[in-house]
Amino acid sequence: MFFLKRLLLLIPLLLVISFLAFILMRLAPGGPFDSDRAPASPEIERAIRAKYRLDEPVLKQYAHYLGDLAKGDLGLSTKYRNHTVNDIIVSALPVSMTLGGLAFFFALVLGIPWGVVMAVQRGQWGDYFWGLLSLLAACIPALVIGPILVLSLAVKAGWFPVALWESPLHVVLPTLTLGLLFAGKVARLVRESTTTTLQSEFITAARAKGLSESEILIKHALRLALLPVVSFSAPMLADLLTGSFVVETIFQIPGLGVFFVNSSLNRDYPLLMGLVLLYAGMLLFLNLLADLLLAKLDPRVKYE
Amino acid sequence: MVDTVHYALRITNCISHIRRAAGRITRRVLPLIFAMGCLSCSQQEPRADLVIANGAEPGSLDPATSKGLEELRIVMALWEGLMRVDPKTALPIPGLAERHEVSPDGKVYTFYLRANATWSTGQRITAHDFVYSWRRVLDPVTASEYAGQLFYLKNAEAYFNRTLKDPNELGVRALDDSTLRVELTNPTPFFLGLCAFQTLSVVPRDVVEKHGDDWMRVRPLPVSGPYQLERWSLNDRVRLRANPHYWDATNTHCQVVDLLPIRSASTAFNLYERGGLDIIWDKELIPSELFPILRPRSDFHSFNYLGTYFLRFNTTRKPLDDPRVRRALTMCIDKQRLVDKILKTGEVIGSHFVPPGTANCRSPEGLAFDPEGARQLLKEAGYPNGQGMRPIEYLFESVSGGGSVHSKIGVELQQMWQRELGIKVELRQMEKQVYLAAQRSLDYDVSRSTWIGDYNDPNTFLDLFRSNNGNNRTGWKNQPYDDLMDQASVLTDLDQRANLLRQAESILVRDEAPIAPLYFYSGFNYHNPDRISGIHGNVLDSHPINAIRVRKEPAR
Amino acid sequence: MRFRRNKPAVISLCFLAALILLVVLWPWVAPYSWETISDAQFQPPSAKHWFGTDVHGRDLLTRVIFGARVSLLVGVVGAGVAFVIGVAWGAVSGYVGGRIDGMMMRFVDVLYSLPSIIFVIVLLTTLKEGATKWLTSTLGAKAAAQAPMLLLFAGLGAVSWLTMARIVRGQVLALRSRAFVDASRSLGASHARIIWRHILPNVWGIVIVYLTLTVPSVILYESFLSYLGLGIQPPMASWGSLVAEGAGQLNPIRIYWWLVVFPSAMLVTTLLALNFLGDGLRDAFDPKGQI
Repeated sequence: MFFLKRLLLLIPLLLVISFLAFILMRLAPGGPFDSDRAPASPEIERAIRAKYRLDEPVLKQYAHYLGDLAKGDLGLSTKYRNHTVNDIIVSALPVSMTLGGLAFFFALVLGIPWGVVMAVQRGQWGDYFWGLLSLLAACIPALVIGPILVLSLAVKAGWFPVALWESPLHVVLPTLTLGLLFAGKVARLVRESTTTTLQSEFITAARAKGLSESEILIKHALRLALLPVVSFSAPMLADLLTGSFVVETIFQIPGLGVFFVNSSLNRDYPLLMGLVLLYAGMLLFLNLLADLLLAKLDPRVKYE
Repeated sequence: MVDTVHYALRITNCISHIRRAAGRITRRVLPLIFAMGCLSCSQQEPRADLVIANGAEPGSLDPATSKGLEELRIVMALWEGLMRVDPKTALPIPGLAERHEVSPDGKVYTFYLRANATWSTGQRITAHDFVYSWRRVLDPVTASEYAGQLFYLKNAEAYFNRTLKDPNELGVRALDDSTLRVELTNPTPFFLGLCAFQTLSVVPRDVVEKHGDDWMRVRPLPVSGPYQLERWSLNDRVRLRANPHYWDATNTHCQVVDLLPIRSASTAFNLYERGGLDIIWDKELIPSELFPILRPRSDFHSFNYLGTYFLRFNTTRKPLDDPRVRRALTMCIDKQRLVDKILKTGEVIGSHFVPPGTANCRSPEGLAFDPEGARQLLKEAGYPNGQGMRPIEYLFESVSGGGSVHSKIGVELQQMWQRELGIKVELRQMEKQVYLAAQRSLDYDVSRSTWIGDYNDPNTFLDLFRSNNGNNRTGWKNQPYDDLMDQASVLTDLDQRANLLRQAESILVRDEAPIAPLYFYSGFNYHNPDRISGIHGNVLDSHPINAIRVRKEPAR
Repeated sequence: MRFRRNKPAVISLCFLAALILLVVLWPWVAPYSWETISDAQFQPPSAKHWFGTDVHGRDLLTRVIFGARVSLLVGVVGAGVAFVIGVAWGAVSGYVGGRIDGMMMRFVDVLYSLPSIIFVIVLLTTLKEGATKWLTSTLGAKAAAQAPMLLLFAGLGAVSWLTMARIVRGQVLALRSRAFVDASRSLGASHARIIWRHILPNVWGIVIVYLTLTVPSVILYESFLSYLGLGIQPPMASWGSLVAEGAGQLNPIRIYWWLVVFPSAMLVTTLLALNFLGDGLRDAFDPKGQI
């Protein structure tokens, strides 16, 4: 019931977001057809604006947009004039989802044990050592890690291709670059929440019951320790699945991240709208899943 | 001690638990993700005969709506017009038209199409196709940004503005299937060059009419040029395959060509070094910091190119409304330092606007580097040592990647003007579209600018600063300049014309100085000359792909 | 007391204090100006230029220290907003629950979904005029010149608190039905008091940890904006923009390593110090304080 209600609530929310984004875009100075070289006559510009309905009042444009949206048509990109927005999303989304999904998986599989190990060794040298590594992972930008990985593992060693998106081997370095950053953050969060949970009274109670340490850790403590990770993961996963500009640029990957940035910079209104809706839909849905998961991990969480 | 053992036990235990949990996840989730991964990158296919780093992702490959260099280069491979471009000299040579005749007054051209000019479907290309294609460019519904390339035709502008309804009044007519008659408003010495320009290529009427805006997505797409469009994956590649029906197909050397829309210079360079690329022909994709090292290599090729890097002054604002101030600012730019120390890309400093090597042109010398004279001028204008002058804003656009050329030049200019003239300069970096909007609405003091020639004639440069040109963007209106340009446009005598244009340019860069030219662009290509041939540097930076050859055995 | 026994935290505190002192005092002792260009371009580190020089022949050490101003400010603003708004928003949302919680969280979602680049562009352009005017009238022309930077801070702050709010709210949802909360409620404690005395002390740990993660992400976001050319205006520098500039120099032929190593090292060291400091603070304020 809760799930259904929240699911239905997505529609008005998406409408609100689409409206705000629509207005915001038009507030930014410059339009999609401004360029270094204006056409030979102002008439030409007028014709182009008319074709993309840019000469109408903003609200009317929005109404048109909603009308098309209801039919599932996200419109024609103003920059990629030979492509529809639907086309672009269909071609780039699977790429971003693959890369993002792998990076997410990598971040969790690496980050959670990493954090637990730090937590149980808290205050000892192991904690400092792993802590230092996790901080490095969380703090060094992909802009630096990416080229370093490429230069060392691809150009010098030749183990991996330097760029492009062709075979499973091509996926490794981008996944590492993207995943490390998040793995570091997840590790920091897990370390903290595990420490807190291990100190709480019900763990003491469980110890008193004579449960083994590892049982306590996995069956009880980790469950609760994952709460902040779940809250953090929903937006993180939405970010990852919709692509990363920097990683896609370094590795020349045909994903969505580049379109996000370029459509903003080119004022490609229809494309940016499509991407915002996609991202918002994904984010809202994942947050909903996260809320459900919170309740599942910790029975005391209730949304009445 | 006991504590340590205890912790060690705890860790081993917990790791084994985690391992088990991870194992479960791995068994369930990983295959799924990998399946997805394989799906999305399963297009592994043999490497193309020729792989080229082409620059940004092309927005449009429709000749009527493409405009960027990265688009026009591919459009040239897909579509051909009456003329095509000579790979060596970039001069127009016969394309789909075998020969042509020009009337003595230079206003009427008659083109005769080749008997073997065919679409990739094998159907004949007729003069009617050309009439349709050109009318289409001039149809406001097509929304072609380069429609102006056809405004030299009789009645073209009126037709575009819909003040003239009848398309038959337009200066292009098919006399029969293979003869095209073109009438111009003025004798236009560069008209044949325009006929080789991509906007004037011929497109397949039935496909365009049937599919409307979606026509570029039809496969197989009937094309008129040397290559067919086999695949267009966004941000991945454009794959071309030789068109066997092209009239000159025997001289197409590479069967399969990939053009990669690479975004970062270091990525392009890494790919090149590892053999993933044969040619880098977008100058932005050769890391400029590496020029001093790359230049001596045999892979590096540079050539003159019709492009000028210059500053616009906003002549509607004080104190820049005073030509003396503008000239003073221009005269104390140490262009040599900019080119030698900052750009290091071997560009030629410029004092005039039209680049050297432009046909039909004799440019005057502009203002030379003379800080002393500049201080004198500024004093005459009432600002001795910059006193009484408000801070000047220097506008330039941001480029992703950090440390762009524009920003470097801005930083240098700020220091030069401050040091030589005592003028305080504020740098104002704006995101590209904001910068363009500011430039258009004259919301700036000094703005960095670029102009790239569309065809090989001074007109493509000097036309810019006519009072009513939409690209003027300086607020500068000068009647003598406009008059000289008007007079030149009706002349058939090229020598006389060059004289008038020289006078006009002299007003532009010496007397009035609404702009300050900094340097002329060079074009750069990067490819291994032992392996790749048939690509030549030329002033239009135009490289027909069908002329490029790859030696089969790599010499590296 | 407990804090002082935590050696890494004390060292970190000293480091940060030294850094701030250096940033403040540097203009008086620096042999080079951060903006003066020279002919000594791309000099590797030497006795004259400890960190080497950049493309314009500017001293990199001076620029790194100068860049610390912007980056530290950005970090402080981002963390401050995340701390004040994020924690309050999350705590109230999680504690009240129900429909209010739904609305507050959906508001966060909406903000999170808006395209951030366009948001920053709009902020920097449409509000610039107003901000400049306001600053001129209140603080004078000198402050007004900093208007774009203040707006950039505002933009970074506006997005930095969202995830924090989600995390705090997730924790509070679990805490509010715990025995001690019910106990104090039945004792008649006010809601504000319960949140302040019973709920928040239990989330400080995660808050501090996430804050120390917020600082790098805000600094890195600023570097991303600088990479796109939307960040701080040249010739100013921030660590982010210096790192972005240096990263552009990573190529197989010749690496001007100092351009990427020194700014990155400064960035990472500072973030490490912040983390250890955060850890120390967390332990010092830990309600149970067992460690």
